[in-house]
Amino acid sequence: MKILVLIKQVPDTEAQIKIDPSGKAIDESGIKFVLNPYDEFGVEEAVRIKEKNPDSTVTAVTIGPERSKEAMRSALAMGADTGIKIWDDSLAGADAGVKAALLAAAAGTLEYDIIFCGKQAIDDDQGAVGGAISRLLSVPFVSNVVKVDISGGKCILQREVEGASEIVECGMPCIISAQKGLNEPRYPSLINIMKAKKKEIKEMTPAGLGVSDLASKTELVGMEPPPSRPPGRIIEGEPAQAAVELVRILREEIKVF
Amino acid sequence: MDFSLSADHKEFQEWIRGFASRDLDPGISEADRNCRFDKKILARMGELGILGHCLPEKYNGGGLDYISLGLASEELEYTDTAYREILSVHIALFCLPLLSWGTDELKNSYLPKCAAGEKIGCFGLTEPDAGSDVVGIQSHARREGGHYILNGQKMWISLADVADYFIVFAWTDLEKKKARDHSGMSAFLLERCDPGISTGSIHGKLGVRAGNTGWVSMDDVKIPADRLVGNEGEGFKIAMFGIDQGRYTVAAGSAGLIRACLDSSVKYAKERHTFKVPTGRHQLVKQMIAGMVESYEITRLLYLKAGWMKNEGLRCTLETSIAKRFACEAAEKSASNAVQIHGAYGFSDEYPVERHFRNCKAAQIYEGAREIHTIIQADYALGLREDKPLRRNLPPWPFER
Ligand SMILES: Cc1cc2nc3c(=O)[nH]c(=O)nc-3n(C[C@H](O)[C@H](O)[C@H](O)COP(=O)(O)OP(=O)(O)OC[C@H]3O[C@@H](n4cnc5c(N)ncnc54)[C@H](O)[C@@H]3O)c2cc1C
Repeated sequence: MKILVLIKQVPDTEAQIKIDPSGKAIDESGIKFVLNPYDEFGVEEAVRIKEKNPDSTVTAVTIGPERSKEAMRSALAMGADTGIKIWDDSLAGADAGVKAALLAAAAGTLEYDIIFCGKQAIDDDQGAVGGAISRLLSVPFVSNVVKVDISGGKCILQREVEGASEIVECGMPCIISAQKGLNEPRYPSLINIMKAKKKEIKEMTPAGLGVSDLASKTELVGMEPPPSRPPGRIIEGEPAQAAVELVRILREEIKVF
Repeated sequence: MDFSLSADHKEFQEWIRGFASRDLDPGISEADRNCRFDKKILARMGELGILGHCLPEKYNGGGLDYISLGLASEELEYTDTAYREILSVHIALFCLPLLSWGTDELKNSYLPKCAAGEKIGCFGLTEPDAGSDVVGIQSHARREGGHYILNGQKMWISLADVADYFIVFAWTDLEKKKARDHSGMSAFLLERCDPGISTGSIHGKLGVRAGNTGWVSMDDVKIPADRLVGNEGEGFKIAMFGIDQGRYTVAAGSAGLIRACLDSSVKYAKERHTFKVPTGRHQLVKQMIAGMVESYEITRLLYLKAGWMKNEGLRCTLETSIAKRFACEAAEKSASNAVQIHGAYGFSDEYPVERHFRNCKAAQIYEGAREIHTIIQADYALGLREDKPLRRNLPPWPFER
C-alpha cells in the first residue's frame, strides 16, 4: 500500500497569538510550532496501516517554509518513510485553492492508494484542502473519519455525525480526513527521532511541480484579535437578595430564559 | 566559553518533558498517595529509549552525552523524585560502573538489555548497620573453584524489588575486613534468578513514595566467578565510582525539584490575594521566590559543569560533590519555602509542593549524606584528600564507535 499524508506546521495550541503590524498575519516571534494535531492522527493511522501491511510506504507532504521541516521530522519520527516539502517565498499567504493545486500536483508525481489529511489545520481552521484535492484528482473524499478498516481493496470508514455513526465504503485511491478519536498518536522513541534525522526530505518548488497559477482566489484582508472577555461581575449583598438579583440579570440582561 | 545548550540538547529536553507530562504527571499524586511504584513506567521508559539514552550505541544505547543524562534527571524530578531515581539507579549506579569496569563479556551480555530497558539494574552497597561507613559493611563472598558464594544483607536499595540485576559489594578478604582496609572489598553482578537471593520493599517512608526502596538478602548465593566486576579488591573504588555518577543525577534532579517549587510558587503567589494584593507583592514572599530563582540557576550551572567535565573525560569527584551538596540543600530550602508560600494549601496534597518537601530530604541522606560531602570538600581543600588515578574511567563523549 502507498500512503500519502498531508501535514502542516501550525502554532502550538498553547501559544499566545499576537497579530503582526501588517494586520494580515500573526507575529511569529517567540512562537513554538508543532505538527497540526489532526494531521498527527493521519500520520499515526498511515503508520499503523504500514505496520500491518509490511510492503507499504508512507510519504508525508507539506507546504511550508524552512521551519516546517521540524513538523516533517515529527512525522518522520512517528514512522513516515520520506518527506516532501514544497516551498517558494511567493507562497506566503497562499489560499487553500493554491495549496490544493500544489498538493494535487505533488500527488500526481507519486503512486498512492490512500491520502490522509487532518480534518482541519488548527491555525486557520478552514478544512478546505482535502475536499479541493479530491476534485482535482477525481478521487472520493470522506471527511471527519474516526475509524478506518481496509478489506478487499476497499476502505470501510466510520464518521461521527450528530447523534449517530455513519459507515461509508469507498474504493481506492481515496482521501480521508482524520477526526479526533481515530487513534492515539504515538510518542516517538529516541531511536526513531535519531533515525528521522537521517530520512530524506525532498524539497520541491511550484515551478518544479509545473504549477504556474499561484494566484489566490480569496484574499485575507485583515485579522483581529477576539474581543477581550468582559470582567466578571460580583453581586454583593445578602445571599437571598443576591439570588434575586442574579435571576433578574440572567433573565433581563443576559436573557438565558 | 559557551553557556548555551545545543539544539540537540534542547530537543532532547523537550522530548523528555513531553514524556513526563504525558505519561508521569497525570498519575503522580495517586501513586505517591498510595505508595505505588508502577512497573509499567519502567517498560514505557524502556521502549522510548530513556533507560539507555546516554549509553554507547554499541550497547544498544542512544549514544547521547552526559549532559543529556543531567537534563533528563532534571526533567523527571520536575515531576517527582521517584522517577529521577530510576535514572540514578539504573543508569548511573548500575550501567555506568559496568560500562567502565566490566569485562567485554559482561558488557556485551548485560548492557544491551539494560539499555533497551528489558532488564533493570540496581546498586547494593548500604547495609542495615553501615551506610556512610562503607568499610563497615558485613557482606562477604568466598571463592569456591569457579564460583563465588555470597552472604549478607543489603538495605535501603532503590528498585530492589523490581530490579533484574544487582551490583553488590562484599568483602573477599576477611583479614582486610578486620583491618578496615577497603582493598579487601569486591564488586559482583547478581541476577534475580540466582538461588539464594530474596528482596522486599521498605514501607512507611517519609518521601519518594512513588518509588521502590527495599532490601536484598543474599543467602549462599552461588555465582560464576566471571561475574566479578573489576578485579578482586577493587570493589570500594567501583562503589565510589558509581556514586560519583549517581550524585551527578541527584544534583541535576534537584534542579528539577527546585524549578517545580518555583513554578508552583510563582503561579500561586500571583493568584492568592492577602491584604488586597497578590501575595507575590509582599516583600517577604518575593524574598522566598528570589531564593528559588537563584538556587535553580546555581544548581543548574554546577551540574552542567560536572556534565561537561564528564563529556571531556575529566575527573570531577569534587565538582560533583559540590553540585550535589549545594543542590540538595537548596532543594530543601526551596521546597520548604514553597510550602510556606502556599500557606495551609501547601500543607495538603492538593498542591505538589508538600510532596517535593517530603522527597527532597532523602537526597541529603543518599549518595553521600550532606555531612560526608562537607568533609570531602574540606579534605580536598586541606590536602587530606586527592584524586588518585583509577584503573578505569568513564568513557569520554563522543563515544568510540
Ligand atoms: C530513599 C533512599 C534510597 C536509597 N537508595 C540506595 C541504593 O539504591 N543503594 C544503596 O546502596 N544505598 C541506598 N540508600 C542508602 C543511603 O546511601 C544511606 O542511607 C546513606 O549512605 C547514609 O547511610 P545511613 O543511612 O546508614 O546513615 P549513617 O551512615 O548511619 O549516618 C547517620 C548520620 O550521621 C552522619 N554521619 C555519619 N558519619 C559521619 C561522619 N564521619 N562525620 C559527620 N557526620 C557523619 C550522616 O551524615 C548522617 O547524618 C538509600 C537511602 C534512601 C533514604
